[in-house]
Amino acid sequence: MTDAIMNSKPSTEIRRPTLTGERLKKRYAAERRFRLYGLGSILTAGLILVFLVGSITGTGYTAFLQTYIKLNISFDAEFLDPAGTGDVAQLASADYGGMVKKNLRDNFPEVTSRRDKRKLYNFVSPNAGFDLRTMVIDDPSLVGQSLDLWIKASDDIDMLTKGYVDRTLEESNRRVSDTELVWYDKLDSNDHIEARINTDFFLKADSREPEEAGILGAVTGSLLTLVITLLLSFPIGVMAAIYLEEFAPKNKWTDLIEVNINNLAAVPSIVFGLLGLAMFLNFFGFPRSAPLVGGMVLALMTLPTIIIAARSALKAVPPSIREAALGLGASPLQVVTHHVLPLAMPGILTGTIIGMAQALGETAPLLMIGMIAFIVDVPGGFTDPATVLPVQIYLWADSPERAFVERTSAAIMVLLAFLIFMNILAVMLRKKFERRW
Amino acid sequence: MSEKKKMAKSDASPASKETPPSATPKMKGDKVKVFYGEKQALMDVDLDIKPNEVTALIGPSGCGKSTFLRCLNRMNDVIDICRVEGKITLDDEDIYDSTLDPVQLRARVGMVFQKPNPFPKSIYDNIAYGPRIHGTAQSKADIDEIVETSLTKAGLFGEVKDRLLEPGTGLSGGQQQRLCIARAIAVNPEVILMDEPCSALDPIATAKIEELIDELRENYTIVIVTHSMQQAARVSQRTAFFHLGELVEVGDTEQIFTNPNDSRTQGYITGRFG
Repeated sequence: MTDAIMNSKPSTEIRRPTLTGERLKKRYAAERRFRLYGLGSILTAGLILVFLVGSITGTGYTAFLQTYIKLNISFDAEFLDPAGTGDVAQLASADYGGMVKKNLRDNFPEVTSRRDKRKLYNFVSPNAGFDLRTMVIDDPSLVGQSLDLWIKASDDIDMLTKGYVDRTLEESNRRVSDTELVWYDKLDSNDHIEARINTDFFLKADSREPEEAGILGAVTGSLLTLVITLLLSFPIGVMAAIYLEEFAPKNKWTDLIEVNINNLAAVPSIVFGLLGLAMFLNFFGFPRSAPLVGGMVLALMTLPTIIIAARSALKAVPPSIREAALGLGASPLQVVTHHVLPLAMPGILTGTIIGMAQALGETAPLLMIGMIAFIVDVPGGFTDPATVLPVQIYLWADSPERAFVERTSAAIMVLLAFLIFMNILAVMLRKKFERRW
Repeated sequence: MSEKKKMAKSDASPASKETPPSATPKMKGDKVKVFYGEKQALMDVDLDIKPNEVTALIGPSGCGKSTFLRCLNRMNDVIDICRVEGKITLDDEDIYDSTLDPVQLRARVGMVFQKPNPFPKSIYDNIAYGPRIHGTAQSKADIDEIVETSLTKAGLFGEVKDRLLEPGTGLSGGQQQRLCIARAIAVNPEVILMDEPCSALDPIATAKIEELIDELRENYTIVIVTHSMQQAARVSQRTAFFHLGELVEVGDTEQIFTNPNDSRTQGYITGRFG
């Protein structure tokens, strides 16, 4: 056998690789091209991101400002408390809207006709009366006084201040008429118009009036929903992954489960919404529009993501660590809790945060369980009606008022900030767990 | 190195003197068969492991020596498709008995692996882990003592005493392996199994480990799998030669290396195959 090999004729010449010429040039060129493609992709992705963030910030930043008009308001005792009782209930039920209108008329004595008066009333927010009412109830001694106050302007005037109203257009094509422009310019020249930081945007819930609409309701709703999602999906997902990866026998049943989990991860999210509607609302009778149900639906959606991420993180723990612990007489549970799980934790956390970020941006399943409702109150608990950030964005994007355009972008900015915050949290958690090991 | 080899060889006859001939085997394999699925990896292995001796298992790759070693502390249990037949006893107690807890067994039969595998924790925690989970040491002082004695026994204490709280993974390969040995002896097992403990180490680290094995023999029964016949000759008192899943020959190391009974053993130790 070996003899046959020994006796076979050696090949005629020995060919050694040539290190010069065409092939080398080609190889270098290919490598250069490959690098350029990579660089190109990164630049493209970066440009798209800059464009996206730039356009959103560009339209959205004005929503953080709100126009106020300085008006002389007299808290007329006859108007607010004709009987002179000083009773708070009486003060609370007074016609503050009427008081604002009267004060507007007093500030602009030249306005006499009905039509012009109506235009004048349109200068301040229809809700300005409520703000004054709060002021009076907080401090009843205001009754009878007369003060210069900054009153929140209506959305049309706000848009005018921010430069979204084109004065060169014909009057009929403008939201602000010529007479209003005259009054506005008069106020402006007297420094009675001011743009201030719009704290209401962060402190109030949704409203039909853009200048009153805020993001707090949606942020709270998102937060409550995510808390439920995390509380449900993290423990269930991690336990399922640990069982499948560390304890379950490898047979056709576990194969079937694995295939199903992978498929569930690809199921369109609206299907989970329908499931939630049928199960949680119709069968169990849980409250509609509640963060509790929203969180449960999103937990269903997030579970496969967390299980898959946790399984791959567990798989990545070197088997030698398991053997080492087993060899020392650690029980299988001790092997998992003392060694495997802590080592897999950074990976599991990353997967969980990705799942949570997905859940945060999810709209479709929540529409099915009624979280698209218009809700004016900040939710106070898990069963209160609520809406979430992406749904709020959708609702505002759908509203006709010009002032909602900037609020939509601002809400997107808040959503992005929320996401960035979550990612920073994920990085910090990773760091913490990695340092310990 | 060669000096040591000679020493071990010349020691072979006194070695048998050291062990009383009446000594009952610490562990005993009786017709041990191992199957991986359909494939039989080990056929009817009968092997006695005598107390306070180093038994070396040699043989070419895939001959079943590691498989046999892992049967001795039921590490094969974690492989789903693996099935063990026959009987293995530890002090006349069947270790595959259904009433016996494999976790307890592994506390009595420790193991050191081919690749050093310290936990990604501090050196101190690596050693303290075993005593902690078995509850053999309660107070901090007890654990401190175990850590120090184990590291001293493994000949590592002098090198690491100033950095006990640094991660064990930061040590060199040889130090890591001695750390793993220290970790194994911290549990105070009766038998220590070593699966090619030096295959990832350089000759100097290997020499240190071999020296250590020789010292440990006093208090522990050691079974070592090795690919290096020189190592088997240097450290062991008894050698078992495996080939194709069979135990071909077992005997005193001296006899196996100088006067083997089986032609296959002869062929392997002279380097004709394997």
